Amino acid sequence: MSDIKNLEELASQIRRDIVRMVHSASSGHPGGSLGCADYFAALYGEIMSFNASNFDMDAKGEDVFFLSNGHISPVWYSTLARHGYFPISELSTFRQIDTRLQGHPTTAEHLPGIRMASGSLGQGLSVAIGAALAKRMNADSQIVYSLHGDGELQEGQCWEAAMSAPHQKIDNLIATVDFNNRQIDGDVTDVLSLGDLKAKWLAFGWQVLETDGNKMSELVSTLNKARSLCGNGKPVVILMKTEMGAGVDFMIGSHKWHGVAPNDEQLAQALEQLEETVGDF
Amino acid sequence: MSVNDFNPTEKKDTRSGFGAGLHELGKRDDRVVGLCADLTGSLKMNAFANDFPDRFIQAGVAEANMIGMAAGLTIGGKIPYTGTFANFSTGRVYDQIRQSVAYSKKNVKICASHAGLTLGEDGATHQILEDIGLMRMLPNMCVINPADYWQTYNATLAINEWDGPVYLRFGRPSWPMFTTKDQPFEIGKAWKINDGSDVTIIATGHMVWYAILSAKKLESQGIKCDVLNIHTIKPIDQDAILDSVSKTKCVVTAEEHNKHGGLGDAVAQVLATNYPSPQEYVAVNDTFGESGKPTELLKKYGLDVSDIVAASRRAIARK
Repeated sequence: MSDIKNLEELASQIRRDIVRMVHSASSGHPGGSLGCADYFAALYGEIMSFNASNFDMDAKGEDVFFLSNGHISPVWYSTLARHGYFPISELSTFRQIDTRLQGHPTTAEHLPGIRMASGSLGQGLSVAIGAALAKRMNADSQIVYSLHGDGELQEGQCWEAAMSAPHQKIDNLIATVDFNNRQIDGDVTDVLSLGDLKAKWLAFGWQVLETDGNKMSELVSTLNKARSLCGNGKPVVILMKTEMGAGVDFMIGSHKWHGVAPNDEQLAQALEQLEETVGDF
Repeated sequence: MSVNDFNPTEKKDTRSGFGAGLHELGKRDDRVVGLCADLTGSLKMNAFANDFPDRFIQAGVAEANMIGMAAGLTIGGKIPYTGTFANFSTGRVYDQIRQSVAYSKKNVKICASHAGLTLGEDGATHQILEDIGLMRMLPNMCVINPADYWQTYNATLAINEWDGPVYLRFGRPSWPMFTTKDQPFEIGKAWKINDGSDVTIIATGHMVWYAILSAKKLESQGIKCDVLNIHTIKPIDQDAILDSVSKTKCVVTAEEHNKHGGLGDAVAQVLATNYPSPQEYVAVNDTFGESGKPTELLKKYGLDVSDIVAASRRAIARK
């Protein structure tokens, strides 16, 4: 259990980073970032193998991660810094002029850890499939991971990609959907319902796992299960139930904090709820 | 070299030049991957697909996903060549190209056939006349529109050496072959076809052949033409344009594209900021196309040899 505790502590620090970054920039997307902090802590802290000190765009012999819903960049930036891709002090530059930590992730600033720009929604699964195909052609047995918003699945390109991966027999890809049922204008079920999402992925030919994305032990075991399902001719998707704003009581349970920065008072209130574990930036 | 040296007897389509070039590249470079959106025959990608099945991806009628997969394939060192019609290579997937290819600076080669009016009978839905403009507005994007079979073949080989996104535009009709297999293709370098002092004719794509015919006609009437083939619209060969126009003092641009955003505008920008000169556009006059035979359409939309000749006379008169 100590590993799980370490990951939970990492997630808590990432959450502190998120609210401090967004507060400092007075802009950004805290809600989805907080909801996915446990996933990022698990993925980089436990699941993926990667070389942070010598970043290589081609990622040969490494696992690769793509963030399709690029607006939750704070959680990714914090995770990358916390794993040595770049100095944690740089987190304070988020969304400021001349920063490498652009509002949405980009390769244009050569920030180690980022291999593709994202922000315009719906493109990441196609990119992940392409990278998975390259790994297959290169006889590289490492795995490609990707994260997608549930609102993002309203983009048609996602379903082109969903159709494509099983057809290409992609089996080195683990896509995860942040299934929090929130998007900017409200609940996903109200804005444009996804219907039976599990049935949809199954019908497209994917192996589907479901997990609570805010319970570390369950999340780690689901990600390990997903890895064990690789290599059998089909891609894997994890439907990951999260709470937008998880970890901060006044942010949970609403789409309101999708893209709003906390003020000074709200920041203090949030930080009281998030333990500083490995040190603030 | 003079326009009178060109008397081609053979015709081939530029898309076949692409297909042959891609097949040759498949043999030379195992990093090359072909992707096609259900138009393998139309794009002449069959030879590549048959001989290199492990490096060919049939994407289906799902162009957005194809562009995204191509971008992803570069991570791992592949050099993807995507193939579909020009309309579906650009307008349909503009945002995918913008974010996942151009902004991300990925080494993707977007290869587009059936560009312009000369695809003919399919009509306006397929005759994109805006693609050069769309692509040249994207930072990091190189834009190439070769003139005949061998130039397309050589361009296909050349872009493999270019580190970054490329838009390669070619077409459907059988067209006179006036370049040779061993003619060097240098990205960003204009090809000077004829020397003359009265007017500069700058052409790209299929219109280069018409520019040659126009120059022959004008020379027979005593008007000497500088003829430039700009195959690389971005980065454009500014020096070649300025060298020529500083001598002739006027220019005609000819392209199978809307007058907005294409070769004419690229040349106008060079001239307006360096050496303002009278310019006449031979281009589609801000309208959509229609069904018809390729040469009938070029005539109806003001892209015939006689249109280049008339435009040259207008340009000279404005000096």
